[in-house]
Amino acid sequence: MASLITEQNQLQKDTASVFSIEKFLEQERGKDLLRFSTAGSVDDGKSTLIGRLLYDTRSVYDDHVKSIEGKGTAGAGVLDFALLTDGLRAEREQGITIDVAYRYFSTERRKFIIADTPGHEQYTRNMATGASTADAAIVLVDARKGVLIQSRRHAYIASLLGVRHVIVAVNKMDLVAYSEEVFQKIQQDFEAFLKAANADGRPVELYFLPVSALLGVNVAKRSPEATPWYTGPSLLELLEALPSVEDTSGAAFRFPVQRVVRPDQHFRGFAGQIASGSIHAGDAVTVLPSGRKSKVERIVTYDGDLKEAHAPFSVTLTLEDEVDISRGDLLVRSGDEAQLSRRFAASLVWMDAQALDPTRLYLLKHTSHTVPVRELSVRHRVDVGTLEEFSADTLQMNEIGVLEVETRRPIALDRYAEVRVTGAFVLIDARTNATVAAGMVREIHKDEPHASKQGPVTAAQRAERWGHEGEVVELNAPAEVADALEHALFDLGAVTVRALQRAPAMNAALASSGILVLVHHESEAPAHLKIGEGPALEIATDDINAAVEEILKQLRGHKILQ
Amino acid sequence: MLLTESAVSTVSTAPIPGTSPVVRQNPGHLRLLEAESIQIMREVASEFERPVMLYSIGKDSSVMLRLAQKAFYPGPIPFPLLHIDTGFKFREMLEFRDNMAKEVGAELHVWRNEPAIAAGTNPIKLDTKRCCALLKTQALLDALKHYNFDAAFGGARRDEEKSRAKERIYSFRDAAGQWDPKNQRPELWNLYNARVHPGESIRVFPLSNWTEMDVWQYIHEENIPIVDLYYAKERPMYVRGDVLMPIEQEFVRLPGEEPQMVKSRLRSLGCSPCTGAIRSEADTMPKIIAELLSFRSSERANRVIDHDQEGSMEIKKREGYF
Repeated sequence: MASLITEQNQLQKDTASVFSIEKFLEQERGKDLLRFSTAGSVDDGKSTLIGRLLYDTRSVYDDHVKSIEGKGTAGAGVLDFALLTDGLRAEREQGITIDVAYRYFSTERRKFIIADTPGHEQYTRNMATGASTADAAIVLVDARKGVLIQSRRHAYIASLLGVRHVIVAVNKMDLVAYSEEVFQKIQQDFEAFLKAANADGRPVELYFLPVSALLGVNVAKRSPEATPWYTGPSLLELLEALPSVEDTSGAAFRFPVQRVVRPDQHFRGFAGQIASGSIHAGDAVTVLPSGRKSKVERIVTYDGDLKEAHAPFSVTLTLEDEVDISRGDLLVRSGDEAQLSRRFAASLVWMDAQALDPTRLYLLKHTSHTVPVRELSVRHRVDVGTLEEFSADTLQMNEIGVLEVETRRPIALDRYAEVRVTGAFVLIDARTNATVAAGMVREIHKDEPHASKQGPVTAAQRAERWGHEGEVVELNAPAEVADALEHALFDLGAVTVRALQRAPAMNAALASSGILVLVHHESEAPAHLKIGEGPALEIATDDINAAVEEILKQLRGHKILQ
Repeated sequence: MLLTESAVSTVSTAPIPGTSPVVRQNPGHLRLLEAESIQIMREVASEFERPVMLYSIGKDSSVMLRLAQKAFYPGPIPFPLLHIDTGFKFREMLEFRDNMAKEVGAELHVWRNEPAIAAGTNPIKLDTKRCCALLKTQALLDALKHYNFDAAFGGARRDEEKSRAKERIYSFRDAAGQWDPKNQRPELWNLYNARVHPGESIRVFPLSNWTEMDVWQYIHEENIPIVDLYYAKERPMYVRGDVLMPIEQEFVRLPGEEPQMVKSRLRSLGCSPCTGAIRSEADTMPKIIAELLSFRSSERANRVIDHDQEGSMEIKKREGYF
């Protein structure tokens, strides 16, 4: 938080009689919050720019400023602001991890959260991470070098991740004699690039500023003496003026249920964070995926009931009717529903060292639920610097592509360009538990898995016909239990094969084509059941029929059996 | 003129091209931070089998506790609290802890590394680094293992220290409880990866995006009870130049040293031998906030343990410290 450095001490004494902490607190109450991301490398002045912002807003502690005096490469008498942010240079020299670092500063109008990310290609995933929660992005361009591939990459990622406001800071203007011509050329090049890049139709507001981070030109204050031809705001003024929390009051109401709150039998509420839009007590809502309808009875918070609530607040809703709702369901306003589907196209940023492998099991985490992925197929890969599209069947770390995704269960989706929260997902590798990709929904397909007669029969069509998903089910149990289970599945019409030995590759291949693979290991009671990559569950076997019933129940619970 | 007007450059009121005037109702940054923290807490309570909240009795813990009450209202907080007691906590802290647990109706576990305490471990006999390793880090790892907790909330903030600036909200720890800064899971939007193998765990930091000022303002706005040691009062101290040592433990006393009464307070609460007090007149919350505005060094500057070696916090965190 703003600490006041030496020059303020006198001022503080002068104004002590009029300074009112109550007035200060009142002003603080009116502050809002803007999140922005930056990306850049050692040479383009990003650390200097952030250091300058922190310094000029008095967000740096005194001892910290002292510790950098006379150090760095800025020359005599000039502070090397890059050192204030412990920037990449220092991180690299000391062998400290280069990653997204979050920094905070505040002016009298606004609190700012900076997601500070490295800019080189090998950090694409870090840039995407920083942009995912940002309202704005600052893209740095070196005035001497023009629009390089790195600036394009950052702008592309920002627009892909739905950042609404992209601020292009044309830095080092002092080194091109504050040339308006140079500035305008960069502006034209950039506009052309982003027009081509913004393929998904989410509008991006572009702003161009001529700055010198080192000398503070147009950073905190406008500098008409340096750039008389520039009539726009300084960077800080712009950051203070941008709309922050996205105005979704007119947008579709989306409320992912995180948790059912049920302290006693008189109260049953659904806790969540409003992802988009607003809701009033009395509004008609629909529960997805079940499609059941009710009305909002109360909007409950610790601080009292509300008549109306909007995104992004965390509330608890109660409904007028007893409706079966659980974690992972989505409440929407009736008549303005999200689309329910298993099939959609998405942009994907691959983030794991292990490349995309369609034979592995990935879990898709979307809002407050997680569903297994049935199929992933790459439509094309995008070269982020040139926007060229290449055909590909996998994605390596830091690559971006467009994929067709099919999940095992229908999920309630919006296009990412329309609603960020319900159009975003991550993929988790079911075996390693690593977060491997970030995804943004582009097109939602009609959910008709059995309709197509083209191409080979899909796993979805088999599941539709056979009434179950393919999965590897491991059972450690006495043989009678395994036999009874196999018969029960057979009677249900399930396509089951019994594998006595573990042959993971073959079993996985069978499961991926829709077959239930029962791997049995002879063991004493109690039995242990493992469904896919899930944890081992203990099953009592005192009564064989009860044990089989319990296993079938678990399979239904895991949405393997319909 | 307000003091803070000098803290930023003059802001032009002229309309800025390309931006529309902001007419929306502004909910305030604290409410936005609150909404985010509550979302995190609800995710953890729903996705983990055995979560716990690390309760250190300090101001950040006090804010976490209030957020937990809000997240699950009108239900109770659905996880226990865990306090790692080094044996060097201030008496007022322990009383406060027991009262708060009772007041919010949460189950409280207290864990001490009894063998190390019995062996007389203290920061003078050992160095601070080894003392922390035994009484804090080891105790914490033992407690998490003993109760088999798979997620633990901590009150750490990213603005506290530079190694924390890169910390995830869900911070993955391996089966030995250790943090690998080179192998952190990407974290996008508010989608947190809660999957762990047996023995692995997640530390969760719901206050990641709060600053020290946010915490104090929230305590003020919400009237959250905090330990009296935060408020300035005449207290007996060993005075060593600028350093005020609380007289809580006899072994910190230097030969011939006598305590003096000094109007003072603690800016952050730790173990008494390693937490210096500051001279202060701030005996109300607004005065504390006003004092904070005039501070010129970071809040952990009075914690000996952050400075015992270069990159000290990153090393402690790798070993399993919060």
